[in-house]
Amino acid sequence: MSQPVIVARDLVKRYGDFAAVDGISFEVAPGESFGLLGPNGAGKSTTMRMVGAVSTRTAGDLAILGLDPDRFGPEIRSQLGVVPQADNLDTELRVRENLLVYGRYFGLPRKLVAERADELLAFAQLEDKGKAKVDSLSGGMKRRLTIARALVNDPRVLLLDEPTTGLDPQARHILWDRLFRLKEQGTTLLLTTHYMDEAEQLCDRLVVVDKGKIMAEGTPAALIRRYSSREVLEVRFGSDRNADVADQLAGIGDRLEVLPDRILVYSENGEAELERITSAGLHPLTSLVRRSSLEDVFLRLTGRSLIE
Amino acid sequence: MSDVTHRDLAPASLPLRPARSLYAGNARAVMFRGWRATRSTNWLVMVSGFFEPIFYLLAMGIGLGTLVGDVTTESGQVVPYAAFIAPALLAVAAMNGAIYDSTWNVFFKMQFARLYEGMLSTSLGPLDVALGEILLALLRGALYAVGFQLVMQALGLNLSWWALLALPAVLLIAFGFASLGMAITSYMKTFQQMDWINFVMLPMFLFSATFYPITVYPQWLQVVIQALPLWHGVELVRGLTTGAVDWGMLWHVLYYAVMIAVGLVFTTKRLRALFLD
Repeated sequence: MSQPVIVARDLVKRYGDFAAVDGISFEVAPGESFGLLGPNGAGKSTTMRMVGAVSTRTAGDLAILGLDPDRFGPEIRSQLGVVPQADNLDTELRVRENLLVYGRYFGLPRKLVAERADELLAFAQLEDKGKAKVDSLSGGMKRRLTIARALVNDPRVLLLDEPTTGLDPQARHILWDRLFRLKEQGTTLLLTTHYMDEAEQLCDRLVVVDKGKIMAEGTPAALIRRYSSREVLEVRFGSDRNADVADQLAGIGDRLEVLPDRILVYSENGEAELERITSAGLHPLTSLVRRSSLEDVFLRLTGRSLIE
Repeated sequence: MSDVTHRDLAPASLPLRPARSLYAGNARAVMFRGWRATRSTNWLVMVSGFFEPIFYLLAMGIGLGTLVGDVTTESGQVVPYAAFIAPALLAVAAMNGAIYDSTWNVFFKMQFARLYEGMLSTSLGPLDVALGEILLALLRGALYAVGFQLVMQALGLNLSWWALLALPAVLLIAFGFASLGMAITSYMKTFQQMDWINFVMLPMFLFSATFYPITVYPQWLQVVIQALPLWHGVELVRGLTTGAVDWGMLWHVLYYAVMIAVGLVFTTKRLRALFLD
């Protein structure tokens, strides 16, 4: 097997007494698309910064492309493409200039950077925006420009910190398409997200992170199998009745979860469970059978209470 | 669990240099960025800063100078008032150019544009960023100074051939102010703190033997003024443009050399602490 691109062992980052990352371990193989999934404040961005060699670890071991970021920061960074959570495009420069200048930061020759800039503008579907001001771009376009910029040094690994947060559905799908193409070309992707659909779309494998620790690891399908069921039946009886009805539903499905507004029935066959419920004389106001998703895994592992 | 093998994998072709993580030898990429940015957005702002010392020269030197007449310098020379203040204003021109770029512009890039965060996620090191930005500020100071000295020449205020050396001298002055200015700015967090810089700059401009000899002050105040950087710049340039050159001027050069070094060290340290920790 080929050497992993990223190896993290018992990685810790402490700020004073607070451990933002509290002993996480994972490996990413070349060409793999690996996701860090977790709620806000789980330690995803801190992990990304350590992998990006812009933050030093407090403890544990980390190797990026076989190198220790504490000692080979510049060498590692020259092989990475970084898409930070908040765009930090250079607003004093035009769109194409952003690519030209960023390429020069890597010490690449001017001519090579100019060629790449044109290719990348095409890749990011921004060919006709080369001379535009950065501030005139839409959120989705800025994001694509940031990704194009991250590719200017032809990186072996692309780090994406919540790549589609704040984008409308259309812009997200365009972005996913672009990222999927990179994946097909063999670029290793490491991405954080709190969107389950994004993780299912893009990640070969992922870890669920909460409070700086890894809660689960696997492929999206394996995680769903292990922590959820094939299907989920959602039934609503009205906010004041849900809790009462839940007692009568005992024994239905693999597992029940009672939420204030609805009851979730985890099962192999949602329709069959719904029939059992109606034949028991209980008539939900609404019902919905859907495939189980990473969201169910995620909420089960990280809890439903709001984490700020 | 300690089976991470990067120590064995580190290629032999990457020797450990202590400064390597600080400096990639690519400050020119940072300057290239500054040049493109200036070209596309703020060249008009640059022009306005150029005229400020020229207005002072015309108002005080030519206007007020007709009332003042001649002045005796510390070296005992008698020179027209305009020729007395012109070298001081030349030093001020260099200072202003360097300070505009290295304080407010740097503050904006650091706090709002998050520019350095982007730069430091590439193979650039903090010293590349510091040096690039400081050299850019230096260039602006030099540009102002060259323009100002041409005006001086046209008005006949360069009294000696030594005045040619005033150009490298103002480069040194601009370098010093740019370096220290960026270092101080890198520790600033709010606009209020940035205003303190203005609060220091204005009195320093007015009182550093700019418009009259330092001997008008009592001894203790002279010592205070002599501790501040602008006075050294004024004395250095005035010595050169009036032709009153002596070995003691090397102290002024040394003062700026230290100022440059201190500024670079602290800027680099601070950038590393902010963006690479």
